[in-house]
Amino acid sequence: MAAFEPVLLRRLNRPECKTLTGYRADGGYRTLERALKEMSPDQVTTVVKDSGLRGRGGAGFPTGLKWTFLPKGHPGPIYLCVNCDESEPCTFNNRYLIECDPHQVLEGIILASYAIRATTAYFYVRYEYGSGTRTMQRAIDELYAAGMLGKNILGSEYSLDVVVHRGAAAYICGEETGLIESLEGKRAWPRIKPPFPAIEGAFRKPTIVNNPETLANVVNIVERGGEWFKSLGVPPDPKNPRDAGSFGSKLYCISGHVNKPGIVELPMGVTLRELLEVHGGGVWKGRKAKGAIPGGNSMGFCTEAEFDIPLDFNGPGKVGCLGLGTAAVTVFDETTSIVDVLHNLCRFFAHESCGQCTPCREGTAWMLKIVERIKRGQGRLEDLSILEEVADKIGIMPGTTICGLADGAGWPVKTAIRKFRDEFKTYLREGPGKGPSPGMRLQMAGGH
Amino acid sequence: MSHHHGSGQISPLAAHVPAGPLPADIREAIVSLLTRYPSKQAVTLPALHLTQDRLRCVPPWAVKEIADILDLSPAEVHDTLSFYGFFRPASDPLGKKRLWICRSLACALRGADQILDQTAHKLGVEVGGTTADGAITLELAECLGACEGAPACMVDDEHVHNIDQDGKLDRLVESLRKG
Ligand SMILES: Cc1cc2nc3c(=O)[nH]c(=O)nc-3n(C[C@H](O)[C@H](O)[C@H](O)COP(=O)(O)O)c2cc1C
Ligand code: SF4
Ligand code: FES
Repeated sequence: MAAFEPVLLRRLNRPECKTLTGYRADGGYRTLERALKEMSPDQVTTVVKDSGLRGRGGAGFPTGLKWTFLPKGHPGPIYLCVNCDESEPCTFNNRYLIECDPHQVLEGIILASYAIRATTAYFYVRYEYGSGTRTMQRAIDELYAAGMLGKNILGSEYSLDVVVHRGAAAYICGEETGLIESLEGKRAWPRIKPPFPAIEGAFRKPTIVNNPETLANVVNIVERGGEWFKSLGVPPDPKNPRDAGSFGSKLYCISGHVNKPGIVELPMGVTLRELLEVHGGGVWKGRKAKGAIPGGNSMGFCTEAEFDIPLDFNGPGKVGCLGLGTAAVTVFDETTSIVDVLHNLCRFFAHESCGQCTPCREGTAWMLKIVERIKRGQGRLEDLSILEEVADKIGIMPGTTICGLADGAGWPVKTAIRKFRDEFKTYLREGPGKGPSPGMRLQMAGGH
Repeated sequence: MSHHHGSGQISPLAAHVPAGPLPADIREAIVSLLTRYPSKQAVTLPALHLTQDRLRCVPPWAVKEIADILDLSPAEVHDTLSFYGFFRPASDPLGKKRLWICRSLACALRGADQILDQTAHKLGVEVGGTTADGAITLELAECLGACEGAPACMVDDEHVHNIDQDGKLDRLVESLRKG
């Protein structure tokens, strides 16, 4: 098979394309120009819908379908919120997009805004992306100067403003309604849904929230057509009537104990093993892998024996993980204690719970305390069942919390215990220092 | 989402936090953002950023002034401010530079917890604290989105990758100390 040519990352090493002139010289904004001239907003939506594109922000919701949830004939204003909070640990694909090819993201933003008839697009970006934020702002300034943002874009009837809005280092601002509250100047407490943002979102108006990678895909789909998009990736599983397929390419992040941490764009469905061996250069120091998280912290763990799962929307679920998540893979080697890895994840969720729902606030704190106790060598066998019970009970899926952060906190705990039970038992019996000797064991503090 | 804010004692730097009013250019910058949003309250975060970037903290008098500009009660501005552990009180302002060291998984697998401990020791501060000369505030961070360069840190809002290699962190700390 011929090597896959990157699409989203094709300008990665062409810094000249970061400028409007460079991007246009490369054919950029021609798709937008054509869409504004030749297509109605609904036609753009239809192309995106028919392509099967699913959101890249973690939930995999079909993008075109989401756009059709907006109320028909709404007098406006309608908003687009671009979710560049990207705070899922081990995830950095959108940082590459905004730092290396800001105009591709912006062309996607304008196309999507046109399709949904938005008059303002808020680009919500985590504070930690200072460099990418400045790159985006420069690109936006260029567009205003060229008459490609603001009133009557490229001489069309369509007008749009794009506003950059910086976060303040809180993971929960990535949850779409947490983002909206944060944008509105309030604490980022996720809202109870319904109403979904498409009906009542930012400033109580219909709002679509999309991830930058999703929007970058929109450009290439409108340019090359849905059939092209569907020629990449994995079609729906005929045995699973609820599978909408995993079409297109994906930016996969690889980090942890690998020789070559980085990012690679591949058609969806590459196996975790291929990602590790071929693109990540294998496990470092000539060691073997013990396991990995397949899609950011929230998805749960895979054991090394499960590395042959395809990283499409369905793959991780087949081995008991929550889903593909952000497709950010972090591998840990055989010398690393699962107790230490789990402790790190529990600490993250306890730190980042917004505190609004008691099961999440208390559950994440207790899971951390118990794992900390195990880590210190003071755990008891029954701690494992207590952890499993808490992990099973917190989240939107069991129906006890407002947002998915709690589900994401539960999944690593239950998959760790179910898949590495023997290691936990040995650790409980023998205490720290007897099992694998990790590089992670020095600090015990919970952080506060 | 809150970050560690030192010991809760009043920092010597607190004495250097100016009393109001907000510098005119910051006030103007805040006002100029009002047209970008359909509600004044939406300018809260940008206003807090503008303020802290200059003053290294958000003092109560600035909260009041921001509330005035945005037609809010100071309690509403404070409610938002206090949600984000990011903003510092006048009793414990940031030093000249904020050094955040990431402790999330990709970095932890490459020694981040130890690096954070060692850096705190070396600077003679607790995590969250500021060096006596006011040059560096050390903070922990959850994933900075720079995991391919783990272990990673950030100086204010710029990433630094692979800080364990070739004495990179030591050199960075030295240069920050010199200011
Ligand atoms: C706790 C939590 C954090 C999230 N963080 C992000 C994020 O940083 N970026 C993102 O795009 N989506 C994030 N999401 C998913 C968003 O809620 C939303 O589904 C997504 O932005 C929609 O965009 P898409 O349809 O283009 O994927 C998060 C969800 C949860 C529950
Ligand atoms: S589930 Fe957790 S993070 Fe989400 S709203 Fe409830 S308390 Fe906040
Ligand atoms: S885990 Fe440290 S930058 Fe992502």
